[in-house]
Amino acid sequence: MKSGSATEHRGVTEANGFESDRLAPLEERARGADPSLVKDLLEKMLLIRRFEEKAAELYALGKIGGFCHLYIGQEAVAVGAISALGPDDYIFCSYREHGHALARGMDAGAVMAELAGKATGCSKGKGGSMHLFDTRIGFLGGHAIVGGHLPLAAGTAFAAKYQNQPRVTACFFGDAAVNIGAFHESFNLAQLWNLPVVYVCENNEFGMGTPIEKASSIDPLHERACGYGMAHTAVDGMDVLAVREVVGEAVERARRHNLPTFIEARTYRYMGHSMSDPAHGTYRTRAELDEHRRHDPIKRLTSALESIGALTPEAFEESDAQVRQVVEQAAAFAEESPDPASDDLHSDVYRD
Amino acid sequence: MPTLAYREALNQAMSEEMRSDERVFLLGEEVGAYNGAYKVSKGMLEEFGPKRVLDTPISELGFTGLAVGAAMAGLRPIVEMMTFNFSLVALDQIINGAAKMLYMSGGQCPVPIVIRGPGGAAHQLSAQHSQSLESWYANVPGLKVVMPATPADAKGLLKSAIRDNNPVIFIESEVLYGMKGEVPEGEYTIPIGVADVKRTGKDVTIIAHLKMVYVALEAAAELAKEGIEAEVIDPRTLRPLDERTLLDSVRKTNRAVVVEEGWPFAGVGAQFADLIQREAFDFLDAPVLRVTGADVPMPYAKPLEHAAIPDKARVIEAVHRVLYRRQAT
Ligand SMILES: Cc1ncc(C[n+]2csc(CCOP(=O)(O)OP(=O)(O)O)c2C)c(N)n1
Repeated sequence: MKSGSATEHRGVTEANGFESDRLAPLEERARGADPSLVKDLLEKMLLIRRFEEKAAELYALGKIGGFCHLYIGQEAVAVGAISALGPDDYIFCSYREHGHALARGMDAGAVMAELAGKATGCSKGKGGSMHLFDTRIGFLGGHAIVGGHLPLAAGTAFAAKYQNQPRVTACFFGDAAVNIGAFHESFNLAQLWNLPVVYVCENNEFGMGTPIEKASSIDPLHERACGYGMAHTAVDGMDVLAVREVVGEAVERARRHNLPTFIEARTYRYMGHSMSDPAHGTYRTRAELDEHRRHDPIKRLTSALESIGALTPEAFEESDAQVRQVVEQAAAFAEESPDPASDDLHSDVYRD
Repeated sequence: MPTLAYREALNQAMSEEMRSDERVFLLGEEVGAYNGAYKVSKGMLEEFGPKRVLDTPISELGFTGLAVGAAMAGLRPIVEMMTFNFSLVALDQIINGAAKMLYMSGGQCPVPIVIRGPGGAAHQLSAQHSQSLESWYANVPGLKVVMPATPADAKGLLKSAIRDNNPVIFIESEVLYGMKGEVPEGEYTIPIGVADVKRTGKDVTIIAHLKMVYVALEAAAELAKEGIEAEVIDPRTLRPLDERTLLDSVRKTNRAVVVEEGWPFAGVGAQFADLIQREAFDFLDAPVLRVTGADVPMPYAKPLEHAAIPDKARVIEAVHRVLYRRQAT
């Protein structure tokens, strides 16, 4: 049975208080939150930031090749959203997925080794930066055709429902993906068949160098969901607790009622589109970038926690030092790991 | 042995596998209430219910991708393409998704999925509805490509395809759906990757798949009247290819004609010709000749359409040429 019209769904959305600008200030929410959870969220964001900085360094040294899309600036989205998932839930990502892999708890060494194309990488060196996989934790890949993984996410959601498993699928993609056919077909199927999937669009304002206003006929992007009668909302993607809360509600809807949700997380990427592209210059100015950096998700959480007395600069430094050590170890592991054996070229094409 | 139509054989294969394995389900346009655009899934909605026989919107990209995702989560979907022409809008999901997932995940994500439906020309359906895309799919590592010519092959191979742990492109033919043939009673499968000798002969090998098998057999019957014994080999599976059976035949007959309905440039016949010259060069008494579809979009007008599709006369002509005989007048 179809579950209602677009307008009804928007009503449901608003009644649930989905819009994150209705949320209390970050300080207040941080005060109400479990301190160990908040610490974990902060450390995960820090881990991603330091990991990506290291990846940039290794890329410059030629130790990482190909396309490498860094996540710096967007950390709150992956960390907040993935913290709202259960251990059996599925995750699909685009090619900008180092952060999601780390947020899900994938070993930093296995991720770095994959970036370096080593046999010990999470995809045995066959996938690289854009194709991180770890099925043991439901991490079903980075996918590098824009929008191509949205139908796959509908598929794992379908399978969970088919098998009566209370598993939710979260699917992350960029703002440019809302303009490709796969987006529309997936949204229609997800709503038509009531699939337990949460689509999270990470709106960092650009698809490579093309700003949204040159690419999308409507903005806000989350209103695209109206065309499918799907619940939708925007969330401040620089506020990790807001992302966690909004995604958490969507995960509950999915798990309890087999209903999809479309969440637009407003965020910003600080680096170029990929490592071969400067952070600013042609399509955006330094000033624009600096303005966005003032809303840095790590700084925002840190100062909120400091202002309520839940974090000291010393404690922050300690976390940062620990995280840097994890990253150094990951880099060393990648460096020391062997290349894939040449006879591995032909394995994994077919499964017996 | 009971006689079944090709479509009934396919129906039995799917139904038997769905009875024995809960993970198998069928989705596609009109597969349920309408019983399938070509009635292949007749009665299946009634037997298995709407949970396992799903009518989809016209969203080949969407539902093929959904099926790939479902396969990644442990199900075994059968996707019916109303015809393979429409699979073109799902090509990204099939090639960038299904075919590569296992490899790029370092062996973690198998995709056990069958994508099936009719390919090739039917009757006067013109350019967008008449094409043989098997060489497109057979080009891709990670896919298997199966093309059965008879009801018995259709059933046995479809059962194997459903049990296979890899994505299988299973191409049928609109004009074969009504064809009847003997099908073994009870449980049986035919392994993927094994060719079938559809007629034995010693003078020339004719390699043909799907409905071209019948064109080859008609040509062989005609040639027999002039004392030429043609061996007709149906690879049945294009990838993986049963190279052994093809080569054994050519080593025996020393001559080969390859027949395919698709376009000539980079067609599957080119692959067979490459194989034969590489592995059986010293056995060849003549160049390998190809009989293919015309290098044009399919025309609508009946005489033009006939001229575009390989027929018995062209196969006979090619056989005469590899035997260095003048065409009988
Ligand atoms: C279908 C397709 N077209 C083009 C590309 C090349 N490309 C890779 S990323 C990208 C921009 C995508 O931007 P967005 O979806 O906003 O994600 P972001 O990179 O900002 O995370 C383009 C054009 C591609 N990978 N896939």
